[in-house]
Amino acid sequence: MDGIKKFSKKRTLCFGGILTGFLNGLFGAGGGMSAVPVLKGAGLEPNSAHANSVAVIVPLSMFSATIYLLNGTVTFSDALPFIPSGVVGAAVGALLLHKIPSKWMRRIFGAFVLWAGVRLMLK
Amino acid sequence: MTWLSVIAGFLSGLIGGLGLGGGGVLLVYLTAFTDTAQQKAGGINLLFFLPVGLVAVIVYALKKQIKWKTVVKMWGLGGIGVVLGSTLALVVDTDVMSKIFAAGLIIFGTMQLLPSGVFKRKNDKNSGSFR
Repeated sequence: MDGIKKFSKKRTLCFGGILTGFLNGLFGAGGGMSAVPVLKGAGLEPNSAHANSVAVIVPLSMFSATIYLLNGTVTFSDALPFIPSGVVGAAVGALLLHKIPSKWMRRIFGAFVLWAGVRLMLK
Repeated sequence: MTWLSVIAGFLSGLIGGLGLGGGGVLLVYLTAFTDTAQQKAGGINLLFFLPVGLVAVIVYALKKQIKWKTVVKMWGLGGIGVVLGSTLALVVDTDVMSKIFAAGLIIFGTMQLLPSGVFKRKNDKNSGSFR
């Protein structure tokens, strides 16, 4: 039984790892949605899974970004207008983490994403 | 650099810093609220995520929170996925990609609005470790 569980864990890690990279390369985002559950399945606690998912995704994002830059899909100047304020925003967000009720944040964010999805579908 | 891009960047970073959106908030904004092509928006989002993600990883590593053995395994496997995904991004029509992405956003947004326990399996002695 332990052998079966180990094999199942390995298979989950394998499939999940490839899926993480696939989403990252295809859309430029979304890899975290598969990385976090895969890492939890590998035995990590939820907070640890989140931290480790970032460690997984950063090099994969570097790899994806290099491919996008090399084939001319994007240039540094396209992203530059967003980066400085983004870094400030991320720092503020990290400081506010755990200070705002997560249930309501999740729902407000979900409503925004749903609205954006419908808008994009109808474009 | 316009005020709109400064605000969009700040809000995207803020929401990401709050632990929401998985580093894709700017991508959502660019695709749904501007005329940026899907693949280009993905590239912008990747470049946008890198500085913040790098700082976060350094902090986690200094706090000894990274399980390097597992992370390195996922890098190798993820690298295969990146090649597959980015190749597909090059060949798929941008409108088709944006509709697929839109469908994903609708599903993800709906899931966030549902109660958090809806998709969890009941506790079962015989269930596997992966939930």
